[in-house]
Amino acid sequence: MVWVSDIIQGILTGGLYALFACGLSLMFGVMKVVNLAHGDLAVVGGYVALGVITVTHIPVLWSFVIVVPIMAALGYVLQRTLIQASLNRSVLTTLLVTFGLSVVIENALLQFINADSHSLGVGNAIITGSFSLGSQIQIAYLLLLIFAVAVVVLLGLQYFLSASRYGRMIRAVADDQEAAQLSGIDYRHVFGIAAAIAFGTVALAGIAYGMYSQFSPTTGTDTILLFAFAAVVIGGLGSLWGTLLGGIVLGVAQQIGAQINQSDQFLAGYIVFLVVLALRPQGLTARRAQS
Amino acid sequence: MTIATDTLARSEENYRVTRSRRNVAWTGAGALIVVVVLALFPYRFYSGTTSLMVQGFIVLTLASMWNLMAGYAGLVSVGQQAFVGLGAYFVLILAQHGTSPFGGLPVAAIGCGVAAVPMWWLISRLRSGYFAIATWVLATTVMLFIEKFPSIGGGTGMSLPGLSGYDPTLLVAYTYWIGLAVTVIALATVYLLLRGRLGLVLTAIRDDEVAARSSGARVGLARMLVFVVAAIGCGAAGALLALSQLIVQPGAVFSVSWTAKMAFAVIIGGLGTIEGPILGTIVYMILQQTLASYNAWYLIVLGLVAMFVALFARRGLWGLVDEHLHVRLFPVGYWLWEPGSGRRGLRGSLGLSRRGAGRDGGSPS
Amino acid sequence: MSEPLLEVRELTVHHGQLRALDRVSLQVFPGEVYAIIGANGAGKSTLLRTIAGLHQPTEGAILLDGKNMTTMRPERRATRGIGMVPEGRRLFGSLTVEENLQVGATYARKGPWTIERVYETFGWMKERRTQRTAQLSGGEQQSVAIGRALVANPRVLLLDELSLGLAPVVVQRIYAMLPQILGTGLTVLLVEQDVSQALRVASRLQCLLEGHTTLEGRPSEVTAEQVEAAYFGLTRAGGEGSEPLWSGSATSSRAS
Repeated sequence: MVWVSDIIQGILTGGLYALFACGLSLMFGVMKVVNLAHGDLAVVGGYVALGVITVTHIPVLWSFVIVVPIMAALGYVLQRTLIQASLNRSVLTTLLVTFGLSVVIENALLQFINADSHSLGVGNAIITGSFSLGSQIQIAYLLLLIFAVAVVVLLGLQYFLSASRYGRMIRAVADDQEAAQLSGIDYRHVFGIAAAIAFGTVALAGIAYGMYSQFSPTTGTDTILLFAFAAVVIGGLGSLWGTLLGGIVLGVAQQIGAQINQSDQFLAGYIVFLVVLALRPQGLTARRAQS
Repeated sequence: MTIATDTLARSEENYRVTRSRRNVAWTGAGALIVVVVLALFPYRFYSGTTSLMVQGFIVLTLASMWNLMAGYAGLVSVGQQAFVGLGAYFVLILAQHGTSPFGGLPVAAIGCGVAAVPMWWLISRLRSGYFAIATWVLATTVMLFIEKFPSIGGGTGMSLPGLSGYDPTLLVAYTYWIGLAVTVIALATVYLLLRGRLGLVLTAIRDDEVAARSSGARVGLARMLVFVVAAIGCGAAGALLALSQLIVQPGAVFSVSWTAKMAFAVIIGGLGTIEGPILGTIVYMILQQTLASYNAWYLIVLGLVAMFVALFARRGLWGLVDEHLHVRLFPVGYWLWEPGSGRRGLRGSLGLSRRGAGRDGGSPS
Repeated sequence: MSEPLLEVRELTVHHGQLRALDRVSLQVFPGEVYAIIGANGAGKSTLLRTIAGLHQPTEGAILLDGKNMTTMRPERRATRGIGMVPEGRRLFGSLTVEENLQVGATYARKGPWTIERVYETFGWMKERRTQRTAQLSGGEQQSVAIGRALVANPRVLLLDELSLGLAPVVVQRIYAMLPQILGTGLTVLLVEQDVSQALRVASRLQCLLEGHTTLEGRPSEVTAEQVEAAYFGLTRAGGEGSEPLWSGSATSSRAS
């Protein structure tokens, strides 16, 4: 019955992956930008949190209160300047610029901090523990908390997009940029908001990852970006809850892989990704195959 | 005048269409001389210099392949390191079974081309940005898969057998000549491909994909061909890497920094021109040598410069040269000469010699 | 006469190397309906899009109420009072009818038009307001698009090819609503391929051919032959088709 524990762990990890992925998905859905630096931004969030905690001695759990707004603001600024400038040129330029950004961020982190792994730790004693369901199932509190946070964030995002004024504007701009302009909407500002949300959520995810595991300068591209992307593709492009499903499938696949062979954890996840890509490229939640 | 009357008038005059402005024969002769001079290097320079040149050959080959994909076919891949690694490992495996590593290089390259086909099938349906990340995922998957096999070194790597009998200087010289050959073949292949039918198809696709399809151009096939050729080229570069390092380590040969190097070299040198990668590789080598002692700095600088160029000088260094001197060493476009204009041609009004990525010509509503 | 509400002066617009508009001028006075007619590719939609700000002119000026708007971004022009129903409707497909209207009202000016009033004007809309616009018929989409523009209370309403892709019956019904819309003090500049429809609703009109003006005047003052000649570019013998033709009878030999 060890399997059940691992499957549950996989499901809960899926929440973390969904948190990684929703920003990537949002930026692509709204402005057709695939931010190759997305994973690195989570790591930046983690390092910023580390710095904030060191300086202010704020409890780890509350670091997001400072870090998330900072990263969201950074997202708005970066979008209005760098990314918008790239978008004005072409899709190709955007990819090249975000790739360049990714390389620069990683190497700057390597250069100015170091190559070591860091963990944010957890601090509060309650979270470090785990509880048992029955005699054989162990669930870590931290993981449960992260999953809960992920669900709350996704719910909040969904509500924001469907019911709020800005959410409507974002969806309108995503549908038809020019028509939105004709209704008085400055799409550059809307893009900025979307980017702020993306950066904010990915920073939150980075902090969560830092608490649960360790990060180093290359974690952004080694794991986070690829996991986020895998979650999006498995779940289905353009669906928030699909991303959660994708994250869960990825997490469970990884746990099963780890059971077979500890070092096969990530590989198992990617293989499931490739299988979905081969057999159902539109993802698990999409209704119709896209040509 | 309306459009109808204008074109009618023009077609009655004598317009000439040629491949280039100046005589290409000069370029060909020049290139030949350069190659011969380069081939003589091992006789004149120490192995330190020639080893450095081999590094340059690797990056140049990679860069021309990445340029072929991104600059001409619009395929942005950040996972080419998959083929670099596969090329290196093919050579390793072949060497372990008795093949000379030098002889293994072409086989490794072809092997990478074969491996590229199922990869293409998996990811070709994805759109540009997601296609890019998918190549990265594939590269990581390949690396993780290879690391499972202790017989080829597992996660730590293995040295390349079969070369211990060679005199070290001779080894470097042979590696150098093979590297030179690989680079020349790579550049020549790209040039000939683009000058021919494939080049036309790719330009048509880039200008208007729907129109290209309905004219009968096999869009998917053209792109796949480009992907496979690039895989072969990168595989050859990877094999060359194995030969020059004498050890194959997964973390090193599958590193995404290879993509960073080839992409940045191309962007800085000039995306979408054949001369661009050459210029870009030179810039890369200079940066790498001057900043080598500063660890990650050269990649930071390279990345920043590449971003700057992508935004503000989209045609790269070669584009600047081209703009002012109107030179094409390896012309793959066309020039339109107005009747009686003699030496002064009408620049690129057929739109075929423009190679900037994503140019917007606009369309009437 | 009063000052023009919308004025276009010597507007020249290029698409790449192609000149789509050549020194076009017009004046639209408050409360009137000004129609632009012409064949496909004549530059009509380009004119409207340039006025709305989606395209930059090479030369010329656009003035709203005397203020030069030529360099203003489209969203600013919208908040200043230029509303446009674009060619092809261009609704937000993944949004519902109501949400489309709500987006239109995001930066609404003060005025008589509200979402409720739009529902009253188009009787069927309120019931179907939670439906995604991608599922509506062409005529229904056109109504929603008009509603979306109205809800912002524009001063000048630009209508781009309302009849495009719609059955004649539907087109008639939509144009029949125009008086209701105009009754609230709107000024309308419309582009139409359906000449008879345009002649019926316009107080003044202009005909474009390959980017320049070939006819200008009131529907009551121009004959059918003149319109036809201007529309197709028929000229007097030996001349080129670029001069206004409302004087005298044209001996119609086509310049090709």
